[in-house]
Amino acid sequence: MAEKLFLEVVTPQKAIVSEEVEIVVAPGSEGEFGVLKGHTTFLTSLKIGTLRYKDTKGKERFLFINGGFAEVLPNKVTILAESAERRQNIDVERAKMAKDRAEKRLSEKREDTDIVRAEAALRRAVHRLKIK
Amino acid sequence: MATLKEVKSKIVSVKKTKQITSAMKMVATSRLRGAQNSMEAFKPYASKFADVLGSIAGKSGGDASPLLVPRDEVKKVALILCTSDRGLCGGFNTNLISKAEKLIKSEFDDKDVSLICFGKKGRDWAKKQPQPIEDEFIGVVGGTVEFSVASSSGQKMIDSFLEGAVDEVYLIYSKFVNMARQIPTIKQILPIPSLEDVAEEKEVEQDEGFLPEHICEPSSDALLGEMLPKNIFIQIYDALLQTSTSEHAARMSSMENATKACEDIVGELQTIYNKTRQAGITADLMDIVGGAEALKG
Repeated sequence: MAEKLFLEVVTPQKAIVSEEVEIVVAPGSEGEFGVLKGHTTFLTSLKIGTLRYKDTKGKERFLFINGGFAEVLPNKVTILAESAERRQNIDVERAKMAKDRAEKRLSEKREDTDIVRAEAALRRAVHRLKIK
Repeated sequence: MATLKEVKSKIVSVKKTKQITSAMKMVATSRLRGAQNSMEAFKPYASKFADVLGSIAGKSGGDASPLLVPRDEVKKVALILCTSDRGLCGGFNTNLISKAEKLIKSEFDDKDVSLICFGKKGRDWAKKQPQPIEDEFIGVVGGTVEFSVASSSGQKMIDSFLEGAVDEVYLIYSKFVNMARQIPTIKQILPIPSLEDVAEEKEVEQDEGFLPEHICEPSSDALLGEMLPKNIFIQIYDALLQTSTSEHAARMSSMENATKACEDIVGELQTIYNKTRQAGITADLMDIVGGAEALKG
């Protein structure tokens, strides 16, 4: 059994996180779940939301995850996200604008509005703002 | 024989061309580095994804997703053609386009082919073809490729596949092998060839054959259904990254050749220039000597 849990968050653009952690809490599609070292192997999809983890110094960190997958091994958690941002990298202005845009589109309820897309955009924006 | 002035101006113009080609080579070199970096950055994601996909693909049946089911009769085929926006990169685009042409002629002569073009060069070619252009993306290849471009175009392909608007989707792109080799490649992306192939092709070294038995949430079939479309996006994204890298590599080597050719031409022209000049001087001398002789009488 490994002593520590290793967290890796990778996106197509780059690896965002690659470090040892105490605990990871991720937004699974069937509900939020926490992982400590020694967790059973586990595979799930993730929804748009917040990934929290505590690093070895006990500091809590937050990440925005734009959906994806998580693979959990006893000593390692791998998050495959289409995109992810650390809390300090979130662009609040952009998120606010995106939120307004999405809300407007949803409230207008025009025929050609892509509801699914607008809702996803809204969820992304809301979660980004929540983390901040 | 050309006059001195003509030769001189030719030399100047070739030298200017050389300046341009060597500058373009340098730009291509630095862009190539950037493109290679983003290819490197994508690798961990792609290999991990393939890992996970392979491990659940083994567990689930062959009919987990409609994306896996081949059509009984293939009538409509979509080709995604990745080329560059800009020229001056040797035979790069020509190779890709002729690959597409051959494929259409040999395989899909009796089928409805539609084209999706990444890159201006491919689009310009497609415009002159009888096949309709379904979609075009300019300014993607060669610059920074966003994953969202790959996923939105991939989603469109999946949608039209599920609606029955297309029966097969192929990807034509330039595979980056190394600086000197870029191979135009054809890859079928829809219907997904077969799960074994997917798993096999992406075979990544696993820790001493350690295949963890995952608990899946939701079920492995549902997960697979979610991962397969993503896998298509990944393939498209990968193709775009490779094409971008190949473009810069092709441009770099072709510009290097062009620079060398310019040097050769300048050398030749310089020889002609010198000879012409010398011939002029000799002729002048002959005149003077002749005149002096005549005066001596």
